[in-house]
Amino acid sequence: MNSESQAIDEIALLEQMLLVRAYEEAIVAGSVAGKIPGSCTSVGQEAAGVGVVSALHGDDLILTNHRSAAHLLARGADPGRLLAEVMGRATGYCKGKSGSLHISVRELGVMLTSTIVGGELSLVTGVALSQKMLGRTGIVTCFFGDGAACEGIFHESLNLASVWELPILYVCENNQWQAFVHRRETMKTEHVADWAAPYGIDHATVDGNDVLAVRNAALEAAEQVRRSGRPFLLESWTYRSRGHFEPDDQAYVDPTEHAAWLARDPIALSRQRLIDSGRLPREEAVALERRVRECIAAALAFAEASPLPAPGEMTTDVYA
Amino acid sequence: MPTLTPFAAIGAALAEEMRHDPTVLVFGEGVATKRHELVDEFGPARVRNTPLAEGIIAGTAAGAAATGLRPVIDLLFAPFLCYAMDELVNSAGKLRFISGGQFAFPMVTLAMTGGGWGVGAQHNHNNEAWFVHSPGLKVLMPSSAGDFKGLLKSAIRDDNPVLFFIDLALLHQPGEVPEGEHIVRLGMANVLRQGTDVTLVSYGKTVHACLAAAAQLADAGISAEVIDLRSLKPLDGAAIVASVHKTGRLVVVHEAARMAGVGAEIAAQVAEHAFASLRAPIIRLGGPDAPAAASHPLEQAFAPDVPAIFAAALSLCH
Repeated sequence: MNSESQAIDEIALLEQMLLVRAYEEAIVAGSVAGKIPGSCTSVGQEAAGVGVVSALHGDDLILTNHRSAAHLLARGADPGRLLAEVMGRATGYCKGKSGSLHISVRELGVMLTSTIVGGELSLVTGVALSQKMLGRTGIVTCFFGDGAACEGIFHESLNLASVWELPILYVCENNQWQAFVHRRETMKTEHVADWAAPYGIDHATVDGNDVLAVRNAALEAAEQVRRSGRPFLLESWTYRSRGHFEPDDQAYVDPTEHAAWLARDPIALSRQRLIDSGRLPREEAVALERRVRECIAAALAFAEASPLPAPGEMTTDVYA
Repeated sequence: MPTLTPFAAIGAALAEEMRHDPTVLVFGEGVATKRHELVDEFGPARVRNTPLAEGIIAGTAAGAAATGLRPVIDLLFAPFLCYAMDELVNSAGKLRFISGGQFAFPMVTLAMTGGGWGVGAQHNHNNEAWFVHSPGLKVLMPSSAGDFKGLLKSAIRDDNPVLFFIDLALLHQPGEVPEGEHIVRLGMANVLRQGTDVTLVSYGKTVHACLAAAAQLADAGISAEVIDLRSLKPLDGAAIVASVHKTGRLVVVHEAARMAGVGAEIAAQVAEHAFASLRAPIIRLGGPDAPAAASHPLEQAFAPDVPAIFAAALSLCH
């Protein structure tokens, strides 16, 4: 990759991260105002999600979880239809039946989103088996957290994916928090990546708050999965800046650790790097931020103006 | 008509459906070991052994079903379904609805249950009602070799997740299976014996006890109608209600625990839709609120037997 395309890429990545942040902040504000139900935000983890998705091909598939905004928006999901879903509107991607926690967008390859911690790990092996047996070229990326890695299904999934040689890019967004419990209370190892090798799975750990580092690591990891047809585990070392589920006062959070991570905010890091290197003039950065805010304002207006589902929708889409 | 054991009937259904549709595959605990003739015909990619890990087997099936394959999985014993509840109930049963209809889950889960092997409560638990109570799932439990084949073929072709319970006491009892393409539609109860005085509704092994009791009742001058549900969801409530309109009396019989069992739903539907026809209270015969014992007499006593069914029907008619 030459430096020019990298510069263009990073500005595009910054724009996506800004979009994710603005989207989540709109949900938080709506939640405080009592207009939007609470949700699990990805604030602080934007680089981990955007960097990986930017490395995927159009025919690759994605399985994600309740902290999915970065994956969905980076994949090209319409913020208006996402916010409509979060607000329970008929125009949402899932007709308002999902809410924020398990939004799938099949047309973009975001499949079978599950909020059961580890649910995506149980399903990804089957999706990858279909890819392999039906001769499709796309690999399958599975986003999960350090909390899910402590579920038994993580180990069952890695074992089967390795034994059956399935083309899965496992991406652990290690955000240090498992709902209201810090990772250090539940794991003896620092890194989830350490748990891949015993299953015969190659792995890497990357600074999840550096969007370019994540993108480059994901490009390499995805390429290995494509080439070998075998699983790979990439761990993004990042931090959940907000609470588990809005609203959350985060009284349980160590303020020193919190402050240290906020000083490495992924958006601020990328923005500063682009400005310092002269690739993004300050006034263009400001214009970028304004465009993103306008986009989310329009999305919110669309969602608010959208109709609620008809009562009969309560029992449709149950059986095929 | 040729006779097959249900074990062979299941094998025949799998082979026919795998020939019929190249997306059908079967995997699970010892599947390739037990059914090596399927491996010989269809190869190791479509007939797979798995780790003894029910959660990932069921999750893999759900993921594959949503993306173009039609898996049949064998989880061995019904109590082992507890390890697969998340994948079956939260994923296969709900993600179609949650996603607003973006996915379907054409998959079949096989599990053995019931007394007959003397292995105790962690292998023997008739927990089929749990799945009847879970949205998005269909639940079958056949009693005859022909239905094992015909219902399994329908289940494989169905676009929904189907739980297929195998009463292990029946697994090696030969029975008639129609030749050729034998399909039994889901959701259709089977009236095995016509009668006018009392309706006996059952499924699984207790269907045979009901038939034996009906023969004894005939000797006592009582005409019993015997209905084999076969499909617990969809439930053929119309067939039961029509029968009770005719007979005015109902005995529901199953090996599963009486408390909140399928029989409770049947009794409720009859009370709602055929109350005026009832000439006597409804009787439910079922297992106790207790785990199944390994010891043979205790294991066998769990399921209602012929004398109990006979006595119940007789008490309603006098």
